[in-house]
Formats: sequence, C-alpha cells, structure tokens
Amino acid sequence: MLEFKLALKNLLGSGLRTWLNVTVLSIAFVIIIFYNGMLDGWNMQATNDTRAWETGAGQFWHPDYNPYDPFTFADSHSKMEEGILALEEKEMATPVLITQATGYPGGRLVNILLKGVSPNQKILSIPSHLLKDNPDDPYYIPAIIGNRMAQNLRLKEGERVLVRWRDANGTFDAREVTITGIFKTTVPTIDAGQIWIPLEKLQELTSMTGEATYAVISPNAADLPEHTKWIYKDDKALLKDLADIMAAKKGSSRVISSLLLAIALLAIFDTQILSIFRRQKEIGTYIALGMTRMRVVRLFTIEGTTHSFLAILVGMAWGMPLLLWIQRNGIPMPANADQAGVAIADKITPYYGGGMIMATVLLVVLSSLIVSYMPTKRISKMKPTDALRGKLV
Amino acid sequence: MNNNVVNLENVTKRFPAGKTEFTALNKINLSFGKGEFAGLVGPSGSGKTTLLNIIGSLDIPTEGKAIVLNKDIGQLSHKEAAALRNFGIGFIFQTYNLLPVYSVFDNVEFALLLQKMPSDKRKKAVMEALEWVGLADRAHSRPSTLSGGECQRVAIARAMVKKPQIVLADEPSANLDSKNSHHIVQTMKRLNQELKTTFIFSTHDEKVMQYLDRIIYLKDGMVEKDEQIITK
Ligand SMILES: Nc1ncnc2c1ncn2[C@@H]1O[C@H](COP(=O)(O)OP(=O)(O)OP(=O)(O)O)[C@@H](O)[C@H]1O
Ligand SMILES: [Mg+2]
Repeated sequence: MLEFKLALKNLLGSGLRTWLNVTVLSIAFVIIIFYNGMLDGWNMQATNDTRAWETGAGQFWHPDYNPYDPFTFADSHSKMEEGILALEEKEMATPVLITQATGYPGGRLVNILLKGVSPNQKILSIPSHLLKDNPDDPYYIPAIIGNRMAQNLRLKEGERVLVRWRDANGTFDAREVTITGIFKTTVPTIDAGQIWIPLEKLQELTSMTGEATYAVISPNAADLPEHTKWIYKDDKALLKDLADIMAAKKGSSRVISSLLLAIALLAIFDTQILSIFRRQKEIGTYIALGMTRMRVVRLFTIEGTTHSFLAILVGMAWGMPLLLWIQRNGIPMPANADQAGVAIADKITPYYGGGMIMATVLLVVLSSLIVSYMPTKRISKMKPTDALRGKLV
Repeated sequence: MNNNVVNLENVTKRFPAGKTEFTALNKINLSFGKGEFAGLVGPSGSGKTTLLNIIGSLDIPTEGKAIVLNKDIGQLSHKEAAALRNFGIGFIFQTYNLLPVYSVFDNVEFALLLQKMPSDKRKKAVMEALEWVGLADRAHSRPSTLSGGECQRVAIARAMVKKPQIVLADEPSANLDSKNSHHIVQTMKRLNQELKTTFIFSTHDEKVMQYLDRIIYLKDGMVEKDEQIITK
C-alpha cells in the first residue's frame, strides 16, 4: 500500500527522533514480554509443582474438611467410600489423614499438623519411601519433613522430636518421632508446620483405623466414582488460591507495563502533534497533488503506527537474545522468597508463550494506532489553502 | 458548452474578517481555453492566489460558478475534487513544496502513484518528465542538494508528468534569480507548446510577463484589464 511506503520513508527520513521513539517503545515492548513471561513461567512452575507435591489431579475431601480451619480436622475423618477405595486399590488414589498436634523441639512448643501418608504411594512427589519403619522397635515412628520445617524445628536427619496429640477419644498421648528424611520442595503448603509419618502409624496412634481426611487422585485415574459423600475437588478448585495470587501479581505487572507503555506512547503522540504542526505545507502539497484529507489522515496515522512496527522489529533484535538468555539461565529468586503460600523455585524459568507475545504485539500496535490517530483530527479540519500557506492552525 | 478548460462566472470569494467579511474576489468573469499561457498580475492582496486556489479546486467560491474541466468546483465532493487535481491539474508553488525525504524521482512519481499507474509506465513517464526539465541525471538526488532553480524544475516535472490539462503556477519565479527565472518560464513555454497544456500564472515578475500570451490585471479582487499579447 502506498501509505505504508510513504510512512516508512517519512519516518526513516526524520532520523533521530524516530529512533528515539522506536527505542523507547521497544524497551516497553520487551519489558512487558519479560514481565509476563516471568509470571507465566512462575505460574506454570508453581502450578506443576503444586499438582505434583500437593493436589494431584484432584482430591476427594471428607465433607467436614476445611483446610483453612484446623479446628475442623478433629472431626473430618472417616473410612473412605467404596469407589475411592477401589481407586486406591488400583493405585489411582492415595489417602491422607490429618491430626492437629504439638511438637517439642529442644524444649520449645510448636503447633504442628501430623499428616499420615502411605510410604508406598507414587502419586505425590513427596518422598514417602523415606518413611522406613524399624521392625525391632514397636514404638519407632519414622517421619519426614520439608527443609523449611527442618529449619524451623532445628532438626537434622536422624534426630528425634517429641510429638503430642489427641486420639479419636480426645485422650492426650505423646511419642518421639525420628526424622528419616528431609525433603526440599518449592511448595510451602506441604512443608511449613507439618510432619509426615506413615498413614497406618497415624491411624493406629489416633485409633482411626482405615480412616482418612482426604484422598489425592492420580492424573491417570479414569472413571471417578460419582455420588460420593466425600466431596470431589477438581484441579481448578484446588489451585484457586494459587490462581488468585497469580492474578494479583499479573495485575501489578500490568500497572508497570501500562506506565512504561504510556511513556512511549506519549513520545509518539508528541511527535505526531509536532509533525502535523510543522508539516502543514507538506499536507497542503499532498492535497494539491490529489490526496483527500482523509487519505492524508490515514498517511499520518500509519506513519505514527509504523513506530510500533519498527519498535517490534528492534525489540526482537535486541530483546530476543536477551530474553532467551534469561530463559536459559533462569531468574534466581532470593532464598525465603516464599510468598503467601505460592510455590516458588530457586530459579524461575520464564515462559514466553505465543499467545502472550501476540497479545503484546497487538497491544503495542493498537495503542500506537490510537495515539497516532488522535492528533490527526487537526488535519481533517485543516483547509488545504491554509495548509499550503503554512498558516498556523 | 465551449472548448474552454476554465469558465468563471461571477466568481466571488469572501473571507470572514472579524465581525465583517472581506471580499477577496468580486464577480470575476473569465475563461481560459486549451493551450493558453496566461498570467494574473496585480498588487499584493489583489486576489491572485485566491483565484488560482478556486480554479485548482483547493477552495470553493462563495458565490458564482467555477467550471473547471467541465466540473463545477462548488459541487464537488472531497473525493471528486482530489481526483480532479490528481488527473487534471498540476500545481507549481513559489516555495517549490518538494517532499524533502523523497528523491527527485520519488517526488515526480508521487502523482502517478496516486493515479495507480503501473510501475513500468510510471518509470518511463517520470524519466521523460525529468528529461523535459533537464534533470534526468539528478533523479536520485535529494531536493536538499539541489539549487532553487533545479528544485523549481523538479516541481515543473512533477506538475507535468501526469500530462494535466491545466497547470497553475503561483509566483513560480519569486524565489529565483533572473537567469533561473528565464530558464523555468522558457521550459514551461516549451511544454505549453508541445503538450498544449493550459498554463495560468500569478506573478509580479516582468521576466515572466514577457513570455505570456495573455495578461489579466487584477485589482481589489476585480479584473481591471484582460490583455491578449500578439507580439511574438
Ligand atoms: N484564508 C483567508 N482568510 C482570510 N483572508 C484571506 C484568506 N486568504 C486570503 N485572504 C485575503 O484575501 C486577499 C487576497 O489574497 P491573495 O492571497 O489571493 O492575494 P495575492 O494577490 O495572491 O497576493 P500576493 O501577491 O501577496 O500573493 C488578501 O487581502 C488576503 O489577506
Ligand atoms: Mg499570492
């Protein structure tokens, strides 16, 4: 199209100012992609890790179980229903039992959750196989904890800690557990404040034989039982907290992105106003040569918008190697960057999705189009004879 | 009708001037035939540019009728007026008005691009027009590297490349020295005779006037004298 050819010539002809605008816009473009890529990468990592370590493909919950209210734990346990048991049989489900308890590491008092998990389960990544029993000692209880918990309790592998709990009848009982493994996970919600022991041991200690609080479903599970009393929570429901936090983070990144974009767009807007003001004679000449005013409007709009095409090209030229380098090396996150229960790895690997990149391209082009078009209203009101005289409008 | 390319009947143009109106053209009756080489002459403010603008469909008369190439200027839509200028009318300005970021070639080619002329035809036409004005060897120069006289010759090539029926030249020599003034008017005169293009000038310049076949004296927006020059 003629307008594109002319726009490009005009832009390249005006030299430094064009490249300044293009550079600023390309920086905004690359930073927006970087931010979104980082959040998307984090989100994917957190989601995958949370699925692998905590939520599985879905869960069946005891109807009274409310993970936000530890007081419900005392009553939210029962034997599992037929359908869920059948899944467990096929290793498509693994039950977890939760009991509130108190730990006494080095004489301190710490509220904890005792969680029972089967040492043989393969659905969750938690290394439950480290829960090795000692057949010679009937009182021996193996336990695994995450490294946050290990730090908090100042416990090392092989050390013991006294734990006290109430059994099903409300009677207090206490026993020492031996730390047989410390695992490292990005998912804080299965780590902080929790001690994992073999499911059968916990059932025995609490006189809750065969009972559980919830069951984690394997991603390979085909037909799930229907009409159960236990409530099925799907992947989406289980990851809702994570999704909410990520949405909030996206929101704040959007603010930063918009600010950056606004600065770049302001520069283009300014350039447009100036160029329409300074190039009145040229506008008059276009009209004398046989363009309609609307066509001149189109020419100037395309000219302004072409900044964004150039910015995307320039942004790709310097941004792509940079972003790919960051992707290869990951973004190191400070230790203890755990935020509000979001799983966060030592390093975030940004993910630059095609959809996100396309959306960013569209955002940059459309917003440039708008700020390029707005000032051209002056042209459509300009009288060609005034324009030719270069009279100020 | 007749064979005139321009017919002006009682053309009046008023501009708002504060609370009142200023009459820049007052009941102008003029016509121009094919192949005329005519000039509008008169003191500053007498309405020369205003009249050329109306003939060039850049403006419309407040009253009266301006028929240009059988089109009623006052009745044209923006699009029709643009097409009339694109195909029928060439403009030459005092300040050349070349597009600075384009080469000489691109400047001359512009009107043909608007006409959507096919590329091979276009290239030939542009080079031919540059030959007419003796600037074929500067086709790829930027206007900023040309002298004033050369710039005006590019502007003539740009106006002529589409072989319009009318060329309007508003004080084309005002920024040029005497040698260049003679040169460009001679160039236009030659093209006028070869292509039978109607030229209408506005000028103060004696050097231009001596080439004109017809001089129309304007004063206060009225035709004071309309003179055919017979000497050759
Ligand atoms: N857009 C306008 N608004 C108001 N007045 C105008 C406008 N255009 C022209 N005029 C007035 O109309 C009168 C004629 O102007 P015009 O430009 O046609 O004169 P001219 O003969 O070309 O003069 P010059 O030799 O100085 O170029 C002038 O008094 C001018 O001030
Ligand atoms: Mg004038």
